[in-house]
Amino acid sequence: MRSNQQAPVSLKIAAAAGLLFLHLPILLIFVYAFTTEEKSYQWPPPGFTLKWFAVTWGRPDVWAALKLSLQVASISTVIAMLLGTLCAAAVSRSKFFGRETISLLVILPIALPGIITGIALRSAFSLAEIPFSMWTIILGHATFCVVVIYNNAVARFRRSSASLIDASMDLGADGFQTFRYVILPNVGTALLAGGMLAFALSFDEVIVTTFTAGQQTTLPIWMLEELVRPRQRPVTNVVAMVVVLVTFLPILGAYYMTRDGDRVDGQAR
Amino acid sequence: MNHPEAVITPGRGGLFGVASDYIWRNPRMFLFLMLLPPLLWLGIVYLGSLFALLVQSFFSIDEFSGMVVREFTLKTYGELLHPANLDIILRTVSTAIVVTILAAIVAFPIAYYAARYARGKWKAIFYLGVMLPLWSSYLVKIYAWKLILAKEGILNWVFAKLHLTWLLDAILAIPIIGGNSLSVSYLGTCLVFLYVWLPFMILPMQAALERVPGNLLEASSDLGAQPGQTFRHVLLPLALPGVIAGSIFTFSLTLGDYIIPQIIGSSRLFIGQAVYAHQGIAGNIPLAAAFTIVPIVIMGFYLWMAKRQGAFDAL
Repeated sequence: MRSNQQAPVSLKIAAAAGLLFLHLPILLIFVYAFTTEEKSYQWPPPGFTLKWFAVTWGRPDVWAALKLSLQVASISTVIAMLLGTLCAAAVSRSKFFGRETISLLVILPIALPGIITGIALRSAFSLAEIPFSMWTIILGHATFCVVVIYNNAVARFRRSSASLIDASMDLGADGFQTFRYVILPNVGTALLAGGMLAFALSFDEVIVTTFTAGQQTTLPIWMLEELVRPRQRPVTNVVAMVVVLVTFLPILGAYYMTRDGDRVDGQAR
Repeated sequence: MNHPEAVITPGRGGLFGVASDYIWRNPRMFLFLMLLPPLLWLGIVYLGSLFALLVQSFFSIDEFSGMVVREFTLKTYGELLHPANLDIILRTVSTAIVVTILAAIVAFPIAYYAARYARGKWKAIFYLGVMLPLWSSYLVKIYAWKLILAKEGILNWVFAKLHLTWLLDAILAIPIIGGNSLSVSYLGTCLVFLYVWLPFMILPMQAALERVPGNLLEASSDLGAQPGQTFRHVLLPLALPGVIAGSIFTFSLTLGDYIIPQIIGSSRLFIGQAVYAHQGIAGNIPLAAAFTIVPIVIMGFYLWMAKRQGAFDAL
């Protein structure tokens, strides 16, 4: 739908107000990271300081949580990239019985509320008597990250032509050479973009994690504890700001990598 | 052509070559090998867990020992019908409905402007303007609202500066949705739900509106319809699949969330909190499992209705 007319002023105002509503709360986080107030959420801030960045830097619990989150997100992303790409390649290359069921199965972990995925995994762990560890967290994260990779890869596989692969094989390349020199350059950016989104998704996940983590504290779990029982507001403010920055980078990266081809398939988060 | 027999090229040598030839000749086998790892993972880890959950909801808990009795019973589902539990379900569902309607109203101008008027640089700004809040940290977004709604926070400050504190007090004095302050009222809960899920409504709505031909709207106004009439009789029916697609997300996410009502809202429970409480301290996994079946059933029904309305094309 395109129009050369000017938008009505009321529509412009409503749209701008909506966008402001989406962004002002996040901007507020950046202001609070510099406040000198430590006992309350007072607005306007009585003063500004960089002191809390230094304090946060020296906190071993924040570093440990960050390290665990990065580990979980990296390993889950690698597993999800492997599974999601295989699934996308199979589904987009050929038609077979049960194809629709497979796409549904991939989407299900994200379509059902996270609490269901979480408690389902937890009850399965307790039935199978698997102790909680970093690997139980990864198990959950990889499961719902598959869909992000799958969505990005399926869109790209559909647009890249199958005859390219036939041509490559006809010209004497073996399957691995074809994969290395024809398929990978074609879908590479889509996979990388999907991987970045999966990383952001895993890095931020809390609902499933609360069910699949035992004593382990990822960064979102650390934040959740602070949200429920605020004990160190200034440190939380700084951590919140860092989290916003850390998640923005992969999203912008994914956007620039896929905008020439297809749009970032984040819709089915 | 000195070697006519060489028209059929010899097989490739080496382990890779043999494997490569084999795959090329047996596409079905290759397909199977490609699908095996993801299907094993999702089938065992995910479907297996869902099944374990379903099974547990048919167990019950022994009231004296507090141990889970592993025998088939419908007693746990019967417990869902206790007034206290029914109350939780009704509260969650009605909140989900309110949040969905509010999200549709707030999302419409953004989606409509982005689909019909924005282009070039502005198109990208609108797109990123929705994507960044969508993907930024869920907990940070809730934290931001805790800052905003706090008694000493920015919202009360703005109302005080505008000399409108009486208005805020009047709103908070409304029974049920009001409360001592916004951060402990249903109003606050709904506001945060609306904020966190809004991008999920905008994106499918915009996708649906992009597909509405602009000349339909022009034809409608040429034929004498008022803007309001065009909106009601032309735009809204055509945008409806997008609205329904978006509402799948807002509805499902509200039904399953347990963190937002825990942090911002009254102390009365939502389904998610009930699940969390029952599986945690109480150790009543059967009842927790039965509670999660409620959103699954509601969403199953909702998805079935949405499919009939053709909403999946707008996803």
